Amino acid sequence: MVFLLQLIVSGLVIGGVYALVALGFVLIYKASDVINFAQGEFLLIGAHLALTFLLVFNLPFIPAVLGALTVAVVLGAAVERVVLRPLIGEPIISMIMATIGLSSALRGLLQVFWGTETRTFPNIFPQDAINLGGVVVSQVYLWSLGIALVLLALFSFFFKRSIMGIAMRATADDQQAALSMGISVKVAFAVTWALAAAISTVGGVLLGNINGVNISLAHFGLKVLPVVILGGLDSIPGAIVGGFIIGILENLAGGYLDPLLGGGVKEVAPFIILVLILMLKPYGLFGKQVIERV
Amino acid sequence: MTPPAGQLVVEKLILHFGGLTALSGVNLEARPGEILAVIGPNGAGKTSLLNCISGLYHPNSGTITFGQKDITKMPAPTRARLGIARTFQNIELFRHMTVLENLMLGRHIHLKTGVLAGGLYWRWAQSEEVQHRRVVEEIIDFLEIERIRKKTVGTLAYGLQKRVELGRALALEPKLLLLDEPMAGMNTEEKEDMARFILDINEERGVTVILIEHDMGVVMDISDRVAVLDFGRKIAEGKPEEVKENPEVIKAYLGGKDLQLTVV
Repeated sequence: MVFLLQLIVSGLVIGGVYALVALGFVLIYKASDVINFAQGEFLLIGAHLALTFLLVFNLPFIPAVLGALTVAVVLGAAVERVVLRPLIGEPIISMIMATIGLSSALRGLLQVFWGTETRTFPNIFPQDAINLGGVVVSQVYLWSLGIALVLLALFSFFFKRSIMGIAMRATADDQQAALSMGISVKVAFAVTWALAAAISTVGGVLLGNINGVNISLAHFGLKVLPVVILGGLDSIPGAIVGGFIIGILENLAGGYLDPLLGGGVKEVAPFIILVLILMLKPYGLFGKQVIERV
Repeated sequence: MTPPAGQLVVEKLILHFGGLTALSGVNLEARPGEILAVIGPNGAGKTSLLNCISGLYHPNSGTITFGQKDITKMPAPTRARLGIARTFQNIELFRHMTVLENLMLGRHIHLKTGVLAGGLYWRWAQSEEVQHRRVVEEIIDFLEIERIRKKTVGTLAYGLQKRVELGRALALEPKLLLLDEPMAGMNTEEKEDMARFILDINEERGVTVILIEHDMGVVMDISDRVAVLDFGRKIAEGKPEEVKENPEVIKAYLGGKDLQLTVV
C-alpha cells in the first residue's frame, strides 16, 4: 500500500513539471497550429542560462532566474520573428519542419557555448526528504510541484480573463477576424513564443535541479508529447490533467512492471499510452474536435 | 473644409494575384453618412475591394483615404483603430467563444489598459471592463440577441451568427462599416430584420456603410447610391433607379443589350 502511494505521489510531483512543459507546447499550438519540436531545447537553454547567471555572474537564485527569463523571452520572440514569421501563410508542415531544424541548430549552439558535460545546480531547495505518513518525498520535488501549480493557475487565469490572453485566443480561433478587430496577429504570435520560452525556462530550472543539466533534458521536450496528445493539443486544462495522468501512469508502470520485464518500462510507458490515445480518442480528453465537411 | 470622419475615397486601385487582375483602376467614394451598395456579378472584385479597404489585402497601386488619412499602407489592426469595422462573406466569428465574448473582443481597440496591466488584471482594468460591458449590452438589446448571449457561437443558427458578426463589428463603434453580403443565405424575414438593423445603424449612429449584396430588392430599397463592378472595373455609379436603367449594368448582368433588368 505504501509502495503504491509512494509511486502515485512521485507521479503527481513529476506530473506537475510535465504539465508545465506541456503548457509551452499547447500555447504555441493554440496560437498557430504549430507543434514546436524545439521545446526540449528551450528547456535546456533556460536551465543553462539560469546556471550561467548563478555561477558565472554569481547572482542569488531569484535574480538569476529572472535574468534567465528575460533572456529567454527575448530569445523566444526572436525565434518567432526570424524562423516562424517568414513562414506565415506557408503550409503548417513547413513550420513544423522548421522547428525540427531549429531544435538541431539550438542543440549544436548549446554545446558550443556550454559543452556536453552535466552541470549541476547548487543546492537551492532544502535537501531533507519529508515523510508524509510513510511516503517519502524529497523537498525539491515538492517545491517543483508547488511552483508548477502556481504557474499553471496563473496561466489559466491569463488566458481566461486578461486582454492579451483573450486576444491570443481570438488569434488562434480566426486570424482574419482578429485582424479586423484591431488585434495585431504579429504581436500575439511574438508574445506566444516569448511566453512559451519563459515557461520552458522555469521548467528547465526545476528539472535541472532534480536531474542535473545535460542534453537529456532536451529529450524531455519529446516526452511531453504524450501529455499534450492525451490532454488535447489545444487545451490548457488538458495539458494539466494530462501531465498528472502521464506522470502517475509512468511511475506505476515503472514500479510494477519493471521488475517483471527487466526494466525500462517507465521510459516506454508514455509512448505506449500515446499510441493508445491516438487510436481511441485522437483529439485527446479536452481537445476541440475538428470535423471538416468536405 | 475638412472632410468628415466617415468619408472614404478609393483612387485608381489596382490589385493583381499573379497574372489575375482582381481590380484594375477602381475609383470609389463613400460619402459620410450614406449607405453605398457595391454590386456586380460573381468574381467582379467586390470582396477584393472590401479586403483592400479593411487592410487584409494590400493593393499593387492606388490610394485609399479615410477621413484625411492615407491608409493605403496601414496594417489592418491600425485601420480598425481608426474606425473601420467589417463583417465577412463567410462568417469569421471566434467559434469557440460565447456571443458575449465575441462582442467584448470587438471592444479590443477601446481598451486603455496596457498589455502588462491587462495581463495582470488590475482592479481598474476591471472597472473599465464594466463600462465596455454596458456598450456591448446595448448592442445586444439593439440586435435582439439577449437570449443567446451566453451561447457558444459555433452552435448558433446561420442567420443568428450573421447577426452576432454584425454586433461584433458594431462593438468597435466604427465610423465606417463594411458589410460583405450580410443577407446571403437568409430567408425573407431574416433579410427584413437585417435591412432594418442596417438602416438603424446608419441613421441613429451616423455610420457610413459600404454594402456588398446580391439581393437587388434589398439593394434598391436601402442604399443611397449604388456602384457596379464588373471584371475589376467600375462600370456604373449613381442612385439606385439610375443604375437600374444603365445599359452597361444590364449587359454585365444579363449579357445582352435588349433585356431588361428585372427588379422586384
